Amino acid sequence: MSEHLVIYPIIVHMLTAILLLFFWMNPKIQRYISILGSAVGIIIGILLFKEVWTDGIQSVQLGNWQAPFGITMIADTLAVSLIVLTNIVAFALSIASTKNMVSTRVKFGYHAIFHFLIMGLSGAFITGDLFSLYVWFEVIIISSFVLLTIGGRKIQIEGAVKYFTLNMISSIIFLTGIAMVYGATGSLNMAELSRIIPEMENQGLVQTISLVFFIGFGVKSGVFPLYFWLPASYHTPPSVVSALFAGLLTKVGIYAMLRVFTLIFPLGEMNQMILMVIAGLTMFFGGIGALVQKDILRVFSYLIICHIGFMVGGLSLFTEVALVGAVMYMFHDIIVKATLFMMGGVMYRIFGTTKMENMGGLMDNYPKLSLLFAIPLFALVGIPPLSGFWPKISLFSASYTAGEIAMLVMFIFASLITLIIVAKIWNKAFSKNENRIERRASFKYFKDFSFSEKAAYIVPIVLLVGVTLYYSFFAEHFQLVAERIGYELMNTEEYYNAVFGIKEVTKL
Amino acid sequence: MEILLAIMTGILYAAGIYLILRRSLVKLIIGIVILGNGVNLLIFLMGGLVKGRPPLIPEDGNALEGIYADPVPQALILTAIVISFGLQSFAIVLIKRAYKVLKTDDIDTMNKTDDIT
Repeated sequence: MSEHLVIYPIIVHMLTAILLLFFWMNPKIQRYISILGSAVGIIIGILLFKEVWTDGIQSVQLGNWQAPFGITMIADTLAVSLIVLTNIVAFALSIASTKNMVSTRVKFGYHAIFHFLIMGLSGAFITGDLFSLYVWFEVIIISSFVLLTIGGRKIQIEGAVKYFTLNMISSIIFLTGIAMVYGATGSLNMAELSRIIPEMENQGLVQTISLVFFIGFGVKSGVFPLYFWLPASYHTPPSVVSALFAGLLTKVGIYAMLRVFTLIFPLGEMNQMILMVIAGLTMFFGGIGALVQKDILRVFSYLIICHIGFMVGGLSLFTEVALVGAVMYMFHDIIVKATLFMMGGVMYRIFGTTKMENMGGLMDNYPKLSLLFAIPLFALVGIPPLSGFWPKISLFSASYTAGEIAMLVMFIFASLITLIIVAKIWNKAFSKNENRIERRASFKYFKDFSFSEKAAYIVPIVLLVGVTLYYSFFAEHFQLVAERIGYELMNTEEYYNAVFGIKEVTKL
Repeated sequence: MEILLAIMTGILYAAGIYLILRRSLVKLIIGIVILGNGVNLLIFLMGGLVKGRPPLIPEDGNALEGIYADPVPQALILTAIVISFGLQSFAIVLIKRAYKVLKTDDIDTMNKTDDIT
């Protein structure tokens, strides 16, 4: 295969988006192109994954400018695994968009922006340059602003104002961090920085700069004191858009943290402590917040925050086992959170509301659907053998062996509180007697849907649940991938060698 | 000159953060714009100020010699300015729309999406 395979995941979605722009007024064709583009994305992702898995980390120097002068695109195991998962979610969601998105929204360029967003995500995963990471982040947020506001309902605009403000400020803080790094080291290439920074005299300054990055990425991923934009905006757009945001956008922040805090600024003792406290508080407040909410989409939004704590906690322990746990949790979370919001969309169509007190009787009226919905909900809690269980083994054992009992307690607390919340959802929406509010006249209920409309809502959920089940029963595959990622994150020589074209690649 | 620009950066940051904390939507956007300019100035400053030494290789040489102005921060600023220009134009359309739909520009009254109902 071509040596430029590394950048194909970006190019596929860019070309799809550009092609979609030519069919601006033709929703029908747009839908097919969008599905096709995402399918090609999965294939390219898997090819790239295979290449990285067999031949080690791949890199491309853009414009043939040698690193560190040019921009390097680099695909290591973490990046390619995330690209594969991103494309799977994108594929499922582009199927969902066929009926879920009314054509007025499509005519405002929904599908094109959707693919630009996926392009931005792929770019953020495989870039090897700090400033280029900032640019990809901007591509992501400008696309997400448009997706969030498209349709222009009152509540959407209000959510968008909050989302917009906080994300702009986080970008500015991130850029401030970049300026400081450039001032201190004179380089922005991540691999080169990983060699310059440990040799700097003023390590206190380095740790301070790294916290500027932590704040920037913390806003994006929604850690404790910085998460308020998330539950204020994620429930406002249509369910497909929320599912996309929930599955992928916060994870980009976590990805950036994993990258920056392992490669560029390996965590010092103080920063480890700070991250640990923040992870614990994130789990606590996310869980408590989810407990008091009455709107099902807002419960899910708070659960996102609660579970971000697992990943930050895994990073803060900073051992190979903990990183394996964090990465595995991220894989599980991407799929399950996207499924949950799709589910929320179906439940909205069934009951005509997202308030849990007005739901009920799902198990009597839709038994098969309830069984389908039970899988992601139980996977979320981590009931063995479903997917949430496996990463927790690594996380729990890592926090125990590191002697961080407080962290262990918080992990268990967050798991328990998730269990309570899922039990509450189950009780209120599934097993309680029907408690329907009066039918809304101009609202299209799920049972009035035609077969193809029902399929467009259910097929993506089945697809994503299938991935969850695969994760659950073949967890050793994911464990193997995550172990290799953990090794690569803790031992950066291979990354450095790949960027600078040094051939003696040490294989795992 | 560096001291002056450093103070200027500080003032821009302070003014930007102050305006973001105000209650009006318009002031919020102006705050973000000013904060963005502060960052751009910071990046510029981080490259170091060199007067009258452009990074050009002389005709008879094949490498840069001595002290020269660092071109990288300028490229970074240019990118950052273009990006923030796009985002700000979106922001201005968004607040116009928000004002029309919500009939207010007071941020404190925008709490519909946070209600526990």
